[in-house]
Amino acid sequence: MNSKEQVKIIKERSGTDASKCMKCGKCSGRCPAYNEMDIKPHQFVSMIEKGEIEKLLNCKAIYNCLSCFACVERCPRNVAPAAIIEAVRQEVIRMQGGNYINSEEIPQIVDEQIPQQLLVSMYRKFNK
Amino acid sequence: MQRIGVFVCWCGSNISATVDVEKVSAVLALEPNVVISQNYQYMCSENGQALIRNSIKEHNLTGVVVCSCSPRMHEATFRRACESAGLNPYMLEVANIREQVSWIHKDIEEATEKAIILGRTAIAKLRLNTPLTAGESPVIKRALVIGGGIAGIQSALDIAEAGYEVDIVEKSPTIGGNMAKLDKTFPTLDCAACILTPKMVDCAQNEKIDILTFSEIESVKGFVGNFKVGIRKKARFVNEKLCTGCGVCTQKCPSKRGLNDFNMNLNTRPAIYIPFAQAIPNVAIIDPEQCLKLKNGKCGLCAMQCPTKAIDYTQQDEIVEREYGAIVVATGYKPISLENFNEYGYSTYKDVVTSLEFERIMNAAGPTSGHLERPSDHKQPKVITFIQCVGSRDTSGCGKPYCSKICCMYTAKHAMLVREKYPDTQVNIFYIDVRTPGKNYDEFYRRAVEQYGVNYIKGMVGKVYKEGDNLVVQGSDLINNEQLLIKSDMVVLAAAIEPDPSVRKIATLLTTSIDTNNFLTEAHAKLKPVESPTAGIFLSGVCQGPKDIPETVSQASACAAKVIGLLAKDKLKCNASTAGADEMLCTGCSLCENVCPYGAITYIDKEFRLGGGRTEVRRVASVNPAVCQGCGACTVTCPSGAMDLKGFSTKQIMAEVDAICKN
Repeated sequence: MNSKEQVKIIKERSGTDASKCMKCGKCSGRCPAYNEMDIKPHQFVSMIEKGEIEKLLNCKAIYNCLSCFACVERCPRNVAPAAIIEAVRQEVIRMQGGNYINSEEIPQIVDEQIPQQLLVSMYRKFNK
Repeated sequence: MQRIGVFVCWCGSNISATVDVEKVSAVLALEPNVVISQNYQYMCSENGQALIRNSIKEHNLTGVVVCSCSPRMHEATFRRACESAGLNPYMLEVANIREQVSWIHKDIEEATEKAIILGRTAIAKLRLNTPLTAGESPVIKRALVIGGGIAGIQSALDIAEAGYEVDIVEKSPTIGGNMAKLDKTFPTLDCAACILTPKMVDCAQNEKIDILTFSEIESVKGFVGNFKVGIRKKARFVNEKLCTGCGVCTQKCPSKRGLNDFNMNLNTRPAIYIPFAQAIPNVAIIDPEQCLKLKNGKCGLCAMQCPTKAIDYTQQDEIVEREYGAIVVATGYKPISLENFNEYGYSTYKDVVTSLEFERIMNAAGPTSGHLERPSDHKQPKVITFIQCVGSRDTSGCGKPYCSKICCMYTAKHAMLVREKYPDTQVNIFYIDVRTPGKNYDEFYRRAVEQYGVNYIKGMVGKVYKEGDNLVVQGSDLINNEQLLIKSDMVVLAAAIEPDPSVRKIATLLTTSIDTNNFLTEAHAKLKPVESPTAGIFLSGVCQGPKDIPETVSQASACAAKVIGLLAKDKLKCNASTAGADEMLCTGCSLCENVCPYGAITYIDKEFRLGGGRTEVRRVASVNPAVCQGCGACTVTCPSGAMDLKGFSTKQIMAEVDAICKN
């Protein structure tokens, strides 16, 4: 798969239209993980639109994004930066082709305090 | 037997690039009754019109079909051409093969076929056309201006200047509108009141202008040149003719805790008040929700103190009915409600204010007498952060999709005023784009940056929160690619503007159209920007779209020019397509009378002969052709098919439908 196809798939999977972005930067203005993001939320939108996929696939931000959806909530143009970040993350994990969480190991590490949402998001982050 | 000429226009290449015009004219030439069929590059040109005129004479034509652009563009042109060649102008039909064919189709074969069908349709209708003559109606030489802001004031002054009488109907107790609340104006930084109040006084002193404040439009009947408008003068509990505006009542009133809406609710006012020092009319008004006398009958201090006995607790709303030839809508705007923008903390923190509130804070006549103080503790702020585009350019549904146009400039103005008066104050402005088209506008903004040292930050704020006594503004700086946390004493939000909510009801009463954002629609976006699609209704100021003061004043004057042009006419040509009832079919049900928006239909008792010497009196509809505007509401309502519209008869419409279906 070439990078053009990858961009197309990521755009499709994210379900958001990055061309609607008016480059206001409100997403990055609100991002609580901003300092941990080597590529900022607004850059994800702009880079996917320009097709600069290599940097995105190799960044740390896809693992540091909290999936808090503050950027989605605040966007005045109905663009969802978090959905693009998530789609890139998924693409990386699918390319790697492996699962990093073994469902059989879960019962040992889980305690009753862990919210179910965390497990779901863990699966989404680390498994194919 | 009709003798029909068909003229197919190329419209340069607008039509001919997609429609085979040769084929269209050749095929239509074979239609029954068609005696000549031609095509030409520009039918609307002088040569094209000459072609039509000569053909009418040469071939003795009784009807003309032009296949060209929309009849909205050139129907009048071609009607005039027919008329000058001695043909009744209503013996013309226009088949729209540009907007409805060439501009929306790509396939030449398909488009050509559709153009032929539309041509046949027009021919089918034309076969049934009969010559029509338009009557005339007089013009009432008086204009109504709805709204007394700068737009309404300017339109009224210009109309009065031309010698016509004008009424300004304003819903609040004084004219002046939003401009009266402003401190300074861009790009010259002169005081808003200093340039507005002389115009307000001019209105009050002009004998051609009658100002009806605290009044609203209740009903509108009639049509261009002949509107009948019902105006509700709401009870202000003060006799306008007796009150001298001395203000004694306002000082004596014990109920002083009403919110002062002129000061954007930043301070309080008594129950009886004069909105501001230069209010026109300079007459007090009582807020019945707050007045002790009106609420529970105890008090009456103001009436006792009033030296002219102007207070009247028994005053009732009054309806006045007036007639006008033209109506100007100048209903203006208001800032949007910020309830969807909790991230900026407007409803949580007192020190987060809107720009219009900031205008009042900076205004010498405002709640702080012009001292820059923050609302929570009246301390002078050392750091002020402005946020632009709050609710503008927002397609998420929380705000407005359009650019409010004025915010970039007034925010630059606010920043300069603060830095000028309080040079030790740090001023930050978060912006998405700085939009400053206009004479001396970009220079103004650059002055804010270069001479006044205002800190412009390209980026947007995600959150405003409190830390101790101060607010923290969290936002992005896209140029430096960093996230900022700016400690601020005060935050000012440049809220989007929207049309005043009263415009919806007014648009309905005037049967004029409104867009998805509640702005009134102009008749043509480029060529008729001050006319509404409804004849005799004109648009002035922000009710049509966001505008600043210079632009509003220009538009208001343009609007006045159009009104003057209308009022200068003694008579208007009526619409020739009027309705009429077939008395033999009319059942007297009154449905048409009920739906007619112009009051053109009345019912009469008429005697009919039944044969054998017997007669019968029946109730039948009668249309006044001078009043009928040919809208067709009655024809579609009539259950017995008695009502028909000249030029658009049921037979003609059915002939058109048949022509389309036959293909």
